Amino acid sequence: MAEGTAPISPEGAAIGRPIARDDGVAKVTGRARYAADCRPPGLLHAVIAPSRIARGRVTAFDLDAAMAEPGVVAVMTPANRPPLAEDPDAKTAPIVFRLDLLQDDRIRYAGQPVAVVIGETLEAAEEGAFRLAPAYAAEPALVDIDAAEPFVPETVGLGAPVERRRGDVEAALATAAHRVQRRYETAAQVHNPLEPHAVVAVWEGDRLWVDTPSQNVARAQRRIAGLLGLPPDHVHIRSPFVGGGFGAKAFPAGPQVLGILAARLVGRPVKLVLSRAQMFGAVGHRAPTRQTLRLGLADDGTIAALAHHARVASSRFDDFFEPAAALSGGVYAAGAVETTHEAVRLDIATPVVMRGPGEATGSLALECAIDEAAAELGLDPLAFRRLNHADTEPISGRPFSSKALRACYDAGAARFGWAGRPLAPRSLSDSDGRLVGLGIGTAVFPSMMFQAEARALLRADGAAIVELGAHEIGQGAATALRQIAADALGLPLSAVTLRTGASDLPDAGGAAGSSHTATAGSAIHAAGTALVARLAALATADPASPLHGAGNAVLFAADGALHAGDGRRDPHAAVLARAGLGAIEARGAAAPDRAARASHAMAAHGAVFAEVAVDPDLGAIRVTRLVGAFAAGRIVNPRLARSQLVGGMIWGLSLALHEAAQFDPATGAIANADLGAYRIPVHADLPFVEALLVAEEDTLVNPLGVKGVGEIGITGTAGAVANAVWHATGVRIRRFPIRIEDLALAMPGREKEDDA
Amino acid sequence: MAKVPVQFTLNGSEKAEFVESGATLLDVLRDKIGDTSPKAGCRQGTCGSCSVIVDGELRLSCLTLAETCEGASIVTTAGLAEGGVLHPLQRAFMDAFATQCGFCTPGMIMAAKALLDRNPDPSRDEVVEAIAGNICRCTGYEPIIEAVLSAARSNSISAA
Ligand code: FES
Ligand code: FES
Repeated sequence: MAEGTAPISPEGAAIGRPIARDDGVAKVTGRARYAADCRPPGLLHAVIAPSRIARGRVTAFDLDAAMAEPGVVAVMTPANRPPLAEDPDAKTAPIVFRLDLLQDDRIRYAGQPVAVVIGETLEAAEEGAFRLAPAYAAEPALVDIDAAEPFVPETVGLGAPVERRRGDVEAALATAAHRVQRRYETAAQVHNPLEPHAVVAVWEGDRLWVDTPSQNVARAQRRIAGLLGLPPDHVHIRSPFVGGGFGAKAFPAGPQVLGILAARLVGRPVKLVLSRAQMFGAVGHRAPTRQTLRLGLADDGTIAALAHHARVASSRFDDFFEPAAALSGGVYAAGAVETTHEAVRLDIATPVVMRGPGEATGSLALECAIDEAAAELGLDPLAFRRLNHADTEPISGRPFSSKALRACYDAGAARFGWAGRPLAPRSLSDSDGRLVGLGIGTAVFPSMMFQAEARALLRADGAAIVELGAHEIGQGAATALRQIAADALGLPLSAVTLRTGASDLPDAGGAAGSSHTATAGSAIHAAGTALVARLAALATADPASPLHGAGNAVLFAADGALHAGDGRRDPHAAVLARAGLGAIEARGAAAPDRAARASHAMAAHGAVFAEVAVDPDLGAIRVTRLVGAFAAGRIVNPRLARSQLVGGMIWGLSLALHEAAQFDPATGAIANADLGAYRIPVHADLPFVEALLVAEEDTLVNPLGVKGVGEIGITGTAGAVANAVWHATGVRIRRFPIRIEDLALAMPGREKEDDA
Repeated sequence: MAKVPVQFTLNGSEKAEFVESGATLLDVLRDKIGDTSPKAGCRQGTCGSCSVIVDGELRLSCLTLAETCEGASIVTTAGLAEGGVLHPLQRAFMDAFATQCGFCTPGMIMAAKALLDRNPDPSRDEVVEAIAGNICRCTGYEPIIEAVLSAARSNSISAA
């Protein structure tokens, strides 16, 4: 990276230590303040009235009945919604989603906000919303991904190519000794962070204070300021704690802006919190997919051709296309490889990024297809994966900046006990007579990096404050970033305070793409390095310093002091004291290294092993063990990293077996919009889970060598679970989540075919 | 809506409020009294984030009418630490990394406390059963189970 970047102090460093979470006390005492916990004086409560139809118009409201409800203060509809400076449907920046902010009477999906009712109490507002009784002119709505006409979008994800190719896949398929073609289905899913979206908005003239959970406060500030026609620095977003985001809070959602507009309308502070049912509406979801994998195989077991095609659903009015096929360009060596997408438009809310967007669903299909190919050849699925290990990135031919996948296979297989697994399915059972299966999946997630800034202030007493608008969304960023700050400044952890979670601080980039530690951490590292350089300049120029005359280059900072290689040292506080300075400050910025990224592919890797037990009569599936081994560059805090990996693995299990948002074809609404019917795993569903960390050094990915662990746990895991179900039963279910009824009906005892 | 007077103790201190008839204990605690440690994850009894202890019993405060708590003794996570010293459960949740985003944590700790109060030495299955009504979207639960078991162990050590 940049010249003059100091090496990270090697000894006694904070990075790499499994320290407890900095936010632990606040969270276990209930003192952590989430947005909905804010109660400014004079607060009113607002609720959304959501559309019950998926397509059409609102023709009338019973405003009189709503306003007659005691305690109702105002009803906001398209007729009286305060004006906006920008059309909420305008694409004002490269990555901006259209919002439903009561711009007209048009309904584009079920759950779309059609009015906001503001009351003295939540109950009054809810009652008013009920009395509002919107009348609709409904039009036929389409919510079935299989029933709509597909097209090829311009890009997928957030600007990724819709198609990528290397080599001639069709030719390679035509001449391959063996061919495997399979189609997989994944369901729509909903993020459902436990904290619903909430906003508490307080206007003071043309300044706005907003408490709201955000994975990107700088982006939220820009978007909200643009919509309201305010200078960005008049919009103060505070998001010190986020009760889970998983992508749902990466972009400001319509209801958050509606809460702000409601506060403007009534001239008082307003709190708007979504109900759980509304969390299935206007705040995004993971699109359903239909994926076709085609593999051409040589007799020696190598992959001659790999084609991954995905159909994904988006809304009728905006563009987010789940990049489900994209990851297949980077996982297995193949003579020819292509990834392609098509999309359909439905009368649904616009899907958005959700933990492992594209990677999660794509990995599930790819890992199943790879397993089916191994079975076709009669090979052990792990041996087949090793045989087709990609030494360079298949789609681009670039070398990897680092890739310890083989070590992950070794470590995971050893820990799990893969050796000796019988090749044939339906070979194992447990003492209860349940069918037992063992499956594997390769985990992979790109190592992204964005731009960020940070500032560091060193005080006369030798303590430092580091500030940036980073995001503690549960992943432990506040802790990990403070560890990075301590090492960058050469201070003990106890001397470093980190301030994050507000848009008034330097833009730290978003907590998304598993990039936050790398991005924000690199900015902190740069700020710390700059500050240490200033300190070193002061010391070496000072005749009273033990370091007087020592060259800058040989200095490093550790334990609260500057050190020369020869044992001479000068404490930070002493340098400042002699210089008569109360404090010194430095800023740092970080950005991806374009040259390194052009020449190298960068990704974290892993291997996940799953054991399942299946009731042979009922088809009930229980995952009994999950072991993942992951290599993700430098690990800042192993306990936090494992927490993220294990959490991600549970999401992978859930993708394979639990979660599906069911669109009701009659109404277009999600029929199971509550936490009882939408099946999030609970304790009783969960296996023994273990995440191993495999050492990996990467000098190219970013100055810290950090790759990110937030999302990779989903990948590999979902496929490993599905493959274990096949190994247990001999039945390959290709519609996810795997439903017990699908499995039970297809089990051999039931006189059905394997090839459902 | 009619207002009803209700008096109860919250974490040992007397509270007297006029509440709307039909108001939930969750809203009264959070909005009227200002104890925001119980969280509103669903308001419909499906997530457990609002769990509190009423007269020794674990209750979902979103499904409990405030007016039914007349004379009750209510405990929330905000009242667990005594004189700045964390309760063993709170300590154990920190040590076991049993909290990530933290939104489920106060409810989890209440469910665990209700268990340990009646069964100081629970089995792993009893812990799982006790927190089966509490959803965590982040941790994968294992650290939570570990935390509860380890708090039980440390309790029995300090009681010995
Ligand atoms: S808020 Fe009470 S159970 Fe979810
Ligand atoms: S820690 Fe986030 S829901 Fe449990």
